Amino acid sequence: MSTVPPIDVVDSIDPVSVPRRIALVRPDRRPAVRTTEEKYVMTFPNLIVREVILFQLVVIGLALSAIVFDAPLEGIANPLETPNPAKAPWYFLGLQELLHYFPPVVAGVLMPLLVVLALVVIPYARINLTAGPLWAGSGARRAPLLFLVGGAIVALFAAFRCWPIVVPTVAVLLAMFAARGGSSSGRVRSVLAKVTLPEWIMAWFAIVATVLTVIGTFFRGPGWSFVWPWTRSVGF
Amino acid sequence: MTTLSLDSVFRRIRDTGVYRSIVRHGAASTNRNRSLLVFENLFLHVHPVKVRARTLRFAHTYWLGGIALACALVLVATGVLLMFYYHPSVPQAYRDMKELEFVVDNGLFLRNMHRWAAHVMVFATFLHMMRVFFHRAYRPPRQFNWVVGVVLLLVTLLLSYTGYLLPWDQLAFWGVSVGTNMAKTAPLIGEKARFLLLGGNIVSENALLRFYVLHCVVLPVALLLMLSVHIWRVRKDGGVQGPPESPTDREEVR
Repeated sequence: MSTVPPIDVVDSIDPVSVPRRIALVRPDRRPAVRTTEEKYVMTFPNLIVREVILFQLVVIGLALSAIVFDAPLEGIANPLETPNPAKAPWYFLGLQELLHYFPPVVAGVLMPLLVVLALVVIPYARINLTAGPLWAGSGARRAPLLFLVGGAIVALFAAFRCWPIVVPTVAVLLAMFAARGGSSSGRVRSVLAKVTLPEWIMAWFAIVATVLTVIGTFFRGPGWSFVWPWTRSVGF
Repeated sequence: MTTLSLDSVFRRIRDTGVYRSIVRHGAASTNRNRSLLVFENLFLHVHPVKVRARTLRFAHTYWLGGIALACALVLVATGVLLMFYYHPSVPQAYRDMKELEFVVDNGLFLRNMHRWAAHVMVFATFLHMMRVFFHRAYRPPRQFNWVVGVVLLLVTLLLSYTGYLLPWDQLAFWGVSVGTNMAKTAPLIGEKARFLLLGGNIVSENALLRFYVLHCVVLPVALLLMLSVHIWRVRKDGGVQGPPESPTDREEVR
């Protein structure tokens, strides 16, 4: 470090003879050089062959299920004969289940719109880029606020008697608060202690969506009454 | 030359002028030719010539996007074949389902495969989104590709939903009726949007034709375009992003 040449500063407004520098390296500080120890492999055959095998496995899997399971086909469409219950495709049955608890404009328009909007803004919301483990550091101070917000969500859905959302929400909240200070205790709690707030929220969304879809698909019968799945056939 | 092995036959073919006019590089036995194989091929050049070894691990991506893409390819192939036997009219559409089941060779198999591939694609796309979220792979510079992915999820759902009506059976008719009745409740535009989508006030022959055109032309083209952007950007942003990485690459002061 002792043989570093001194900085030579040339002040000029002529960009041809003296190009403008965008970085100035002080003689006492050398730039950090990032050395990667990453291993690289040739795309062919390593990646291409894996892709081909994946495609083959998907085709084989689909072909086998196409041999074993037949796509459903009911009687010809008849506008005068409404089946009971009339169900949307399975991926919309979560929404249709919500329709049971909320007015149509909330379940069919407002909630899906909010979900899509929330998904789109994920990478642009600062918290999703910077969040660390929820309770780490000064995170403990968040507890009262999170308790209030969680309680408000539970109260809101309970007011509409929407138990398929209330129960998973309470479960996720319990897990979230159980993770508090859990980094030094058992394995499950130490894993939960690493979860960030965005991850808690997304896990909550995924669980609620799954519960609603499963109930709508398998547990709903005539008049959207609760039935056991083995008492009726399910059409996909 | 008396020995005639498979290898020598391949080599002979590879040396012909016609073959070399199609595939300019020789056998992929050297790294140079393995590189040429990737970047001289329109379809493979979405890949770099070399990839990070760790991205090939199963737990890096669980191959979920690949599964969704494989399903999309299966859907295009089976879908085009199904189009040969299908009339988007009432009641012929339903009769064509019976035709596929009882008259067309492997017709039922085709329809089964198309339907299961569609369900798997919706499910795999959703899981892919979850994987990307929990691996935090939406972070810069990949923000916009996440948005493209959300649009692709919606296009996938719409493709599946428009296809749901085409068999014109009770399941299809009432499934679409329920769904479009939900859309009706949207303030201001709900009724008009539903009328535009169905070509009338109820699910009818007009709706069948519109859903058919959307399902077979408009949405597949949209999917192809968005998918191209999606995959191209994965490459541009440095390849697939797996779980958050602890800084293994050392920062050294030289």
